[in-house]
Amino acid sequence: MDPTQLSLVQAHAWLSSRQISARELTAAFLERIDRLNPRINAYITVDREGAMAAAQQADDRFRNGTATPLTGIPIGVKDLFCTENLTTTCGSKMLARFRPPYESTVTRRLKEAGAVILGKTNMDEFAMGSSNETSFFGPVRNPWDTERIPGGSSGGSAAALAARMAMATIGSDTGGSIRQPAALTGLTGLKPTYGRISRFGMIAFASSLDQAGPMTWTAEDAAIILQVLAGHDPKDSTSIQAEVPDYVNTLVNRLDGLRIGIPEEYFPDSLDGETRHAIDEAQQVLRDLGASMVSVSLPHTRYAIPTYYIIAPAEASSNLARYDGIRFGYRCENPEDLKDLYTRTRSEGFGAEVKRRIMLGTYVLSSGYYDAYYRKAQKVRRLIARDFQDVYTDVDLLLTPTTPGTAFPLGEKKDDPVAMYLSDIFTINVNLAGLPGLSLPCGQDHQGLPIGMQLIAPVLKEERLLAAAHAYQSATPWHQRKPEL
Amino acid sequence: MTYDPNYETVIGLEVHAQMVTRSKIFCGCSTTFGAEPNQQVCPVCAAFPGVLPVLNRELVSMAIKTGLAIQGSIRTRSEFARKNYFYPDLPAGYQISQFELPIIEHGQLHIVTDDGVRKRIGITRVHMEVDAGKSVHEGIQGASWIDLNRTGTPLLEIVSEPDLRSAREAGEYLKKLRSILRYLQVCDGNMEEGSFRCDANVSVRKLGQTAFGTRTELKNLNSIRNVMRAIEYEAERQIDSLESGGRIVQETRLWDANLNTSRPMRGKEEAHDYRYFPEPDLPPLVIARERIDTIARQLPELPDAKAERYRNDLGLSEYDAGVLTSSREMAMFFEETVNRGAQPKAAANWISVELLGRLNRGGMEIEQSKVTPERLGRLLALMQNNEISGKMAKQIFDIMFESGGDPDAIVQEHGFKQVSDTTAIAAIVEQVLADNPLQVQQYREGKTKVMGFLVGQIMKATQGKANPASVNAILQEKLTG
Repeated sequence: MDPTQLSLVQAHAWLSSRQISARELTAAFLERIDRLNPRINAYITVDREGAMAAAQQADDRFRNGTATPLTGIPIGVKDLFCTENLTTTCGSKMLARFRPPYESTVTRRLKEAGAVILGKTNMDEFAMGSSNETSFFGPVRNPWDTERIPGGSSGGSAAALAARMAMATIGSDTGGSIRQPAALTGLTGLKPTYGRISRFGMIAFASSLDQAGPMTWTAEDAAIILQVLAGHDPKDSTSIQAEVPDYVNTLVNRLDGLRIGIPEEYFPDSLDGETRHAIDEAQQVLRDLGASMVSVSLPHTRYAIPTYYIIAPAEASSNLARYDGIRFGYRCENPEDLKDLYTRTRSEGFGAEVKRRIMLGTYVLSSGYYDAYYRKAQKVRRLIARDFQDVYTDVDLLLTPTTPGTAFPLGEKKDDPVAMYLSDIFTINVNLAGLPGLSLPCGQDHQGLPIGMQLIAPVLKEERLLAAAHAYQSATPWHQRKPEL
Repeated sequence: MTYDPNYETVIGLEVHAQMVTRSKIFCGCSTTFGAEPNQQVCPVCAAFPGVLPVLNRELVSMAIKTGLAIQGSIRTRSEFARKNYFYPDLPAGYQISQFELPIIEHGQLHIVTDDGVRKRIGITRVHMEVDAGKSVHEGIQGASWIDLNRTGTPLLEIVSEPDLRSAREAGEYLKKLRSILRYLQVCDGNMEEGSFRCDANVSVRKLGQTAFGTRTELKNLNSIRNVMRAIEYEAERQIDSLESGGRIVQETRLWDANLNTSRPMRGKEEAHDYRYFPEPDLPPLVIARERIDTIARQLPELPDAKAERYRNDLGLSEYDAGVLTSSREMAMFFEETVNRGAQPKAAANWISVELLGRLNRGGMEIEQSKVTPERLGRLLALMQNNEISGKMAKQIFDIMFESGGDPDAIVQEHGFKQVSDTTAIAAIVEQVLADNPLQVQQYREGKTKVMGFLVGQIMKATQGKANPASVNAILQEKLTG
């Protein structure tokens, strides 16, 4: 069997029994990247030397008995996690040659667990986009249909994994950037509770919404990675100080007694019919596993997009002020004076979508507009969060579609920002409320494109998400479907 | 320009005080002043992508101390905010500060006005924020240097109410505030090095008018003297402008200490829109009541309370109490002198007159004094025990001030021992009376003024070492007896 087709759990078994060495496994993935990446464009940087060195160390750990479930596992990391001395671009010309002198907590934890980082995956510029078309390094193509987008902003992480150019990948999710591409490429994507995983060294888009998470083939693989990444980090004051449960041993095959809420607002008339049908079928599977379905309402759902597109750009406009051409990153040629340096550096270094959001954010924070926009959006955000709190008194989880439809063709929404923003309509409120959400495949449309569904849990109840997803995957084949390449 | 008695000056001050935490506000870099440029910089203070701030706990304690010292109310839940503006020495493009929910509000301190009246000056708010780096424009053509060592140094911004009515009051306020911060050992108060900086908001209004006039903000005031001069200049400038039919423009003005004048820096229209919003990288700062109570219990005695104690318990004058509590070092010097056996009034007198007089002439601070409180205490004890005379004490003090010797050693070396042996003095008195029969007779006839002449003769005969009290007593006895 081709080792690049293994799940993380299977690969660990192979490595433990010396059926394969970490170097062989890594070499197989590097070879696949060489072959497929030119078509998919999932990686911005491939770190061959670093990966082989890490694989060597992983083999040592298997020999000396210090291996963990992640040791020797080849992983792709979204290119906004700073990696010491390895170029970290954030998908932008601004950071095209930026080599951080420090390691993000996410990659440090992966490395400490013995994971092999194959390279840095493509993404929408500064994680701003839903199709991976805003990347300075070109669009990523969906392995299921290379004329279609893979979703975004973690489009590279999704495509790399879907095309088996990594055994798992790490993404980040500000408004759906893990779950939406996972849905569009047939993967399991987990956005944990805000603050569950440290943001240190993760290049910020919108600080109060950003959260890292794993993208995997199975819920079980996601549990293994979350186990390594979750936990308080003294370098991130917003990371949560709470016990990390055992995510792997809490996985179950039955869902008896589990109450799953179906929020009516997430099934509008405009929802794609095949998606609706797939979720109906999934509900039946979940019932068969012992769960019960409850109709619920989240009345403030419709304010998701306007609220998000005030708060996220506001924070972004401030977070991205540091890219001024003075200490790191892109600097324009021959600036005449300070203003020229600022203006041209930022005009030349940022792409159109980033500029759009900086302008939007600057506007909503401006004197005289702050109360009408930012302050009001914060109030609505609290109402949205309260909606969820209210329903969780009656249900344990929520089930919704992840996206309004399946992967759309490259270029279709590129010049229509509002249409693009609407593709995150079902994922955004989860970020606004700081909740954990997981997307997993639940069907395919008539063109064979994957359909995803989303499970949403109360704060810090990731194990509930993973257990439900694992039980569903034990009973269904969708997560095993692979694109033909 | 002259002072116009028909106008009143209204002043509010914004002080930025650097806190003496060991490390910076949001990272572990050192805060030491004077290092080579950009040697105390890390990815956090240089605002590299993806790094996050972690609040310095020591700073919070210092802010709480300050809040307690100015009798402010301390918020148990305060919030950081971003103040957004572009400047090369502000690496993140925003300053982390506090805006809507500052840690301290409604404080106050007291000054003494020209008329000797104690006056309350309100302190609107105190908040924590981060200092920026420095732009250096000298020594390079057509470019500037950026030094980020100072970036991340913790500041308290202390904003007064517009309660000050003269340059002098502003000066007194700053001295009092600086003294409080030094007592608390949270700020070194060094204005030249920029660890205690002040901007002044100044307006004028006709006496009796209740509405405030249009204010201007004065910057670049790097000493208390400059603050006062700049306020005086600005008040006069505004009055002259109004008197000649002009209007005051709301603007920020830069003080030029060399030219003794100020010039406009930016107008209201050019004022930044800082786009404040809550800092999403830091959760709200929640302070437990117990923490405030613990710090309150450990608070040192502050200048006003000390001065009151000096007056009530030690019997010092208002003036001496004020002088001796003007700085923590001065008060410590005084208290140590008293601990070494000096009477408080004598100690106060010697410190404020003899020691400070000499220090001021030499342009020195009390920390630089060669006379230590231990030695001064010993000197005054010698005088109180009549082992030396007051005159001798001054001579010894001069030697101590110049060369820093120990009073006992100086007494030994220079033979300053006072003669208090009554038989020895009596013998000399007999001799002097025998040598001056005319004066003795005059005295007995009622011309008691000759007493002074006789004392002088006795002191001359003893080279000034005789204990004057003994001399007086014995002489009186011999003359009348």
